[in-house]
Amino acid sequence: MSQALHAGPPGLSVARRAEVTGLRDALHAEWTKLRTVSGPAWLLAGLIVLTVAVSAAATAAVRCPTGTACSVDTTKLSLTGIEFGQAIVAILAVLVISAEYSTGMIRITLAAMPRRSAVLAAKAVLVAGLVLAAGTIAVGGSLLAGRIILPGHGFTPARGFPLESLADGPTLRAAAGSVLYLALIALLSLGIATVVRDSAVAIGLVLGLLYLSPIIVSVVAGDPVWSHRLERYAPMSAGLTIQDTIGLRGLPISPWGGLGVLAAWAAVAMLAGGLVLRWRDA
Amino acid sequence: MTAGTVTPYRPDRQAGRDGFAQLLHAEWTKFRTVRGWVIGMTVALLVTAGIGLFAAGATTSSCQSAGGGPTRTGSACGTAAFPVGPGGVPVDDSFYFVRQPLTGNGSITVQVTSLTGLLPPANPNALVSPNGPADTRPGLVPWAKAGLIIKNGTSQGSAYAAMMVTADHGVRMQDNYTNDTAGQPGAVSPASPRWLRLTRSGDTITGYDSADGTHWTQVGTVHLAGLSSTVQAGLFAASPEYTVESQNFGGGTNGSSMPSQATAAFDHVTRSGTWPDGTWTGAYIGAADASGIGGYHQAGDRFTVTGSGDIAPVIAGSGNEGDPDSTLTDYLAGTFAGLIAVIVVATMFITAEYRRGLIRITLTASPQRGRVLAAKALVIGSVTFVAGLVAAAAAVIFGAQLSRHKGTYVFPASWATELRVIAGTAALLAIAAVLALAIGTVLRRSAAAVTLVIVVIVLPYIMGVASVLPASASDWLLRITPAAAFAILQAAPQYPQVNAIYTPTSGYFPLAPWAGLAVLCAYAALALSLAVVLLSRRDA
Repeated sequence: MSQALHAGPPGLSVARRAEVTGLRDALHAEWTKLRTVSGPAWLLAGLIVLTVAVSAAATAAVRCPTGTACSVDTTKLSLTGIEFGQAIVAILAVLVISAEYSTGMIRITLAAMPRRSAVLAAKAVLVAGLVLAAGTIAVGGSLLAGRIILPGHGFTPARGFPLESLADGPTLRAAAGSVLYLALIALLSLGIATVVRDSAVAIGLVLGLLYLSPIIVSVVAGDPVWSHRLERYAPMSAGLTIQDTIGLRGLPISPWGGLGVLAAWAAVAMLAGGLVLRWRDA
Repeated sequence: MTAGTVTPYRPDRQAGRDGFAQLLHAEWTKFRTVRGWVIGMTVALLVTAGIGLFAAGATTSSCQSAGGGPTRTGSACGTAAFPVGPGGVPVDDSFYFVRQPLTGNGSITVQVTSLTGLLPPANPNALVSPNGPADTRPGLVPWAKAGLIIKNGTSQGSAYAAMMVTADHGVRMQDNYTNDTAGQPGAVSPASPRWLRLTRSGDTITGYDSADGTHWTQVGTVHLAGLSSTVQAGLFAASPEYTVESQNFGGGTNGSSMPSQATAAFDHVTRSGTWPDGTWTGAYIGAADASGIGGYHQAGDRFTVTGSGDIAPVIAGSGNEGDPDSTLTDYLAGTFAGLIAVIVVATMFITAEYRRGLIRITLTASPQRGRVLAAKALVIGSVTFVAGLVAAAAAVIFGAQLSRHKGTYVFPASWATELRVIAGTAALLAIAAVLALAIGTVLRRSAAAVTLVIVVIVLPYIMGVASVLPASASDWLLRITPAAAFAILQAAPQYPQVNAIYTPTSGYFPLAPWAGLAVLCAYAALALSLAVVLLSRRDA
């Protein structure tokens, strides 16, 4: 029986074999859980539809009238929908763990898979992978919408606004970075949800952490030190600098540096989640 | 089996008679005995008050000019730097005044034949170094004004009434900085001159306008309380700063202001009453927006007057970046954070029942499902209202004190405004709680309900203050989404006769305060009706 369960790749020590198969089994189990309920599929579809729709609407709302000089970051504008899409990513990632707590399923999961870090790692890999896949479609659709809508609104190549294209270095960085941004938001949400367990509280914390920073920045605008700190170290403000393609010198933090700040937030949240999951009774 | 008498349990009160009070009691008991919800509501209270106080404490005076006023330095920091008008509002009072004293009753009449002016360069990049007339171009700002004025002395902020022609808004009668009445429409030109007249009788001043100098129309009558027997009367010219709006990337709309000037040609100056025979005196009230602007030329009863500046209330946050001025709205920034906590608690107030299966017991005990939801809404709404009231009152009262202590100029607000802002914040939180409860009942899932409510209330505001959307698009978001309710936080009034950047960032909203709250009420009512229908029709 135990041989059947631990029939991992040959040539590895017993402990190492158990580790590899542990993660693989955990991945398989988590994939089955995600696949067999309809929620995640709907949320991923919603992520794509909402992101592209909001991006297209925002792009359609901006015009550059003839004869005026427009300084619009068309790439960032085309990716506006990410600000809404991340809310759906947060729901998906929070539910991956908190739904188990609300139904009591977590006790079965942990009984079947006593290596708790492997359970969390499997959830992280799966949810990040799904978000990367759906995020790629969402970002691609948003840029495509921008490419179609922008020239009709005065943002023509002749006026210094080349068509949105992934062949352009900064645009590619903004696009790939936005996909990574969504995946990091998923990990941040998963980590927070693992710590607090309840879905409503976790969602409230995640969205508060993300959405409050621009508001607080706008009220402490009188104090350059604090607003600069917030813009540099708040997860959403810092992370979304990855979308900037013009005026990079004026940014509070470099695009990759900003994404790095978000990655640090996600890492801390996942670490806290992993430790709490390990030490706490389910 | 003993054959004793078994008294069956009989409830003292019949359900349906006064069952609603019991329902309220039951829901209140549920709320107060769940520790997490009480903690959540306390957190909401603390962050609502705390973030605003933090913002007030973090912002220190930087001693720059505000609202077009002169630059303040050193000891001027931390004192009220604006002249104060008769109504107690901070005002701009700088214009070129060609005057004579008028004793007792009398009137002054004039024909205005032209209004022309100079604007700073159109190219915003050239705004950085505007040196001399070479950079300027002919043109007028929309509220460039010139005409007749009767003023209670020459000190800034004193009472006045004026009849004027403006660049884009026709003839106006304005008094005491905040009042504005429209006269004849249309721009003035030599081919189509305008006649203006001001008449003083006691403390009443009446303004008239005419197209031909014979047929006169009364524009308005104003009472200037405490008008002294001798007033300063004559001709004036003023031109507010020219503001270039620019879309600040990722930070809403920004404006940079440059001085402009207006020159008016007057003819047929005639007076009645007791005036001195001596010459006219030409001088600035306050100071010119830029040195070298202003002056007058007289030839008989013809005058040419050039001036800059404005006679108007100061608009909060309209000055340069880093201005140490604040309104009550700034202290309530924590409302957004408190809102998120309230939404979480209110959603869980119903979704937790579904998760635990308690809803089946609740509905068995009280089969009238609509009443259950009404009781829940009343309990969560009232609790939130009380918490919001405490938090908003603390934020507004202590925030203003802290700001003054830090040397920030606090725009004065009337008691009525202060009460409206405090009670309005509490009402906003309470109605948002009811909306969250309703959405929670409809969706039965906490995560989806919490996200939906946060996204529809908070995100449109964020798109308004910090996004790439043009002002018109974010204006619409703040009219039609539940985020319209933040209009209740607006403390400083918006003046149509002052061209400024009225943005949510500086505390101005596109809808009137109560209209904005009504939008949120409508959404909450709609969601609550849907929730009642679904709760009654669906199996629990």
